[in-house]
Amino acid sequence: MTVMRYGQAIDFALGEAMARNDNVVTWGEDVRLIHRDLLARFGPERVRDTSISESAFLYAGIGAAMAGLRPVVEIMLIDFLPVAWSGIANAASKFRDFSGGRWEVPLVVRAGCGGWYTDGGQHEQTLWGQLSAYPNINVVCPSTPADAAGLMLTAVESDEVVVFLEHQLLSEQWIDFLAGNSRTTVSFDHLVPPDGVEGEVPLPLEPVPLGQAVIRRDGSDVTLVSLGVGAHRCMEAAQVLTASGIEASVLDLRSVYPLDKDAVLEEARKTGRVVVVDEDYVRGGLTGEIAALLLEAGVTTRYARVAVEGTIPFAPHLEYAALPNAERIVTAAKRLE
Amino acid sequence: MGLPAGFDAAGAYRAMVRMRLVEEALVEAWADGLVPGEYHSGIGEEGINVGVVSHLSGRDSMALDHRNTSPLVGRGADLRTLMLEVMGSEDGLNRGWAGHMHLMDPDIPAAADGIVGTSGPLAVGQAVANARLYPGRVAVAFHGEAAMNQGMLMESYNMAVAWNLPVLFVCKDNKWSITTYSAEVTGGDLVERARSFGLAVEQVGGNRIEDVYRAAGRLITRARRGKGPGFLHASCHRPGGHFEGDPIVRLLHNPRGQAEEWGPPMIQNARAKTGGSRGDQLAAVKVLTKRGARAARDYTVRARMDPVRHGRRLLEQAAVDRIEASERQDVEQAVTEVRSAMGSRATFGVSGGTR
Ligand SMILES: Cc1ncc(C[n+]2csc(CCOP(=O)(O)OP(=O)(O)O)c2C)c(N)n1
Ligand SMILES: [Mg+2]
Repeated sequence: MTVMRYGQAIDFALGEAMARNDNVVTWGEDVRLIHRDLLARFGPERVRDTSISESAFLYAGIGAAMAGLRPVVEIMLIDFLPVAWSGIANAASKFRDFSGGRWEVPLVVRAGCGGWYTDGGQHEQTLWGQLSAYPNINVVCPSTPADAAGLMLTAVESDEVVVFLEHQLLSEQWIDFLAGNSRTTVSFDHLVPPDGVEGEVPLPLEPVPLGQAVIRRDGSDVTLVSLGVGAHRCMEAAQVLTASGIEASVLDLRSVYPLDKDAVLEEARKTGRVVVVDEDYVRGGLTGEIAALLLEAGVTTRYARVAVEGTIPFAPHLEYAALPNAERIVTAAKRLE
Repeated sequence: MGLPAGFDAAGAYRAMVRMRLVEEALVEAWADGLVPGEYHSGIGEEGINVGVVSHLSGRDSMALDHRNTSPLVGRGADLRTLMLEVMGSEDGLNRGWAGHMHLMDPDIPAAADGIVGTSGPLAVGQAVANARLYPGRVAVAFHGEAAMNQGMLMESYNMAVAWNLPVLFVCKDNKWSITTYSAEVTGGDLVERARSFGLAVEQVGGNRIEDVYRAAGRLITRARRGKGPGFLHASCHRPGGHFEGDPIVRLLHNPRGQAEEWGPPMIQNARAKTGGSRGDQLAAVKVLTKRGARAARDYTVRARMDPVRHGRRLLEQAAVDRIEASERQDVEQAVTEVRSAMGSRATFGVSGGTR
């Protein structure tokens, strides 16, 4: 065990994967500075800066993956991936099927996602619901350094396409890149979950399987289902609910796809009340997917969702209100009583 | 070469000073914790912004990138609501929904987009609309040199030529793309690239306001007359770095402190039992030192490249003093009002959350 920060844990795992396999390479905008530790260890051939050409450098990653490499293509923020959407919708998700299963695409798409640090509606989306809609696209977003390392190791060693989303609020690399300690007049301490930004990571690294949820807190009255920073917001809400005599379970999905259906169903059968907390849009995403899962399985539960209902506003107080904060989760959970 | 016909040196200087003062006020407000998120200042681009915007009026439209404050100020945007928006107030230009990266004013008309490269196709669409609805009006796209590697911007050059649109693409070349030196990731020459699309091309030093004015004037006049789109390449610099708090600027200001932070993990990684060859690691050191040296070199030329300093030389000292005093008074008044409306806000007025 060793204590690591969230971004450090991801790069540590990527470094291990690069050391194990010479064909693992990474490219993206500004990666040589942001991931300077990897540059120092592996050199500029395997850690490349790109031009601002998302559609080309994502497709190039797909080509390279099919030609024998294991690229980790970094899209600085997931909001910029839509510029290259065809790479996901038409290529990465399709080529294995088009080949009749004869050709794998061992690609990792790594990107920052998520908000709470006032970066406006084009820099704070998660888009994980839409990403997980396509065939053959695995989508993960870890909430702790241990999961971040374990999932990155799995992602690189998997023969499938994995979109690895690192939450920007948890990533010291992103916060440092943005401004570091250049101003002390702004504090995010009230918003940053301490267990998310720093924590113990097992050594040697243990891979975290895709599609395996984890119970962060066990309760009998209601189940709060989420991932990423949402899992931490659920823990905050659970504490508040305790004071009202409600004991909540918190299920951290870790993967949007594959979805750990068994874990969700087991929790729903146990508590009979499910609140899905999603830092993504309410339509066409995880919250609807889980509702369908419960219905299809014939599990009778009460159900509520807390998600992003529209454009994320820039002003901090409006942003906070628009995101799935603990107060919104508590209100939703209490309504199910 | 003398000053171009129609060029008002005093008016141009006044506009540049106003932009500089507003940008400086916002940079200071950012440091004071009044501006949430990022702030990409346009300090160093005033010569380009004024030289182009001086030719625009009425329904001439602008598609802006992430350095959009100054062009908006140049078009007469209200300083108070603009600054309130950047600070995240519901009394701002866009009711707190935009922040500085997405400022929009339909009355100008001008809209900014934080997605790199989109100003090109947005301006192409504006030009199609202008040609139909407001004949004689032009659309201007402002973008950086690094945006020229974004496919959709190049596609929009082609569309503009193919459709013979009244549009001007203004490339503000500061040589950098956040921490990446653009030449390292760019093939060929950008001016030749634009020319090969069939655009009418002009190239100027962006700190020389009179040159920008002359070149932009030629291209805009052509476009208004239906003679087709233009491309203006203007060099500039970014003394504040990419955004406030830029890691490379931090490194230049405090090399030892930054080295103490960045160095040990890099050394530890370079010494890991497994990894690249010695040659790979030497190449990594070379890449980083080269980039640092380039940043230091570009940083030291900032005074020589300052468009405001150059504009001052075109005027008598008395006129300079008069202009600076009156603009300072105007901007300071607005800043005082905006600051008192905002109060202080270490956590930006958000009290919920973890603790
Ligand atoms: C599609 C997209 N990719 C990446 C980014 C992140 N980004 C913002 S500004 C920038 C650099 C832009 O460089 P340039 O066009 O030269 O403008 P400058 O900042 O130098 O004025 C990058 C990479 C973005 N906003 N949008
Ligand atoms: Mg640039």
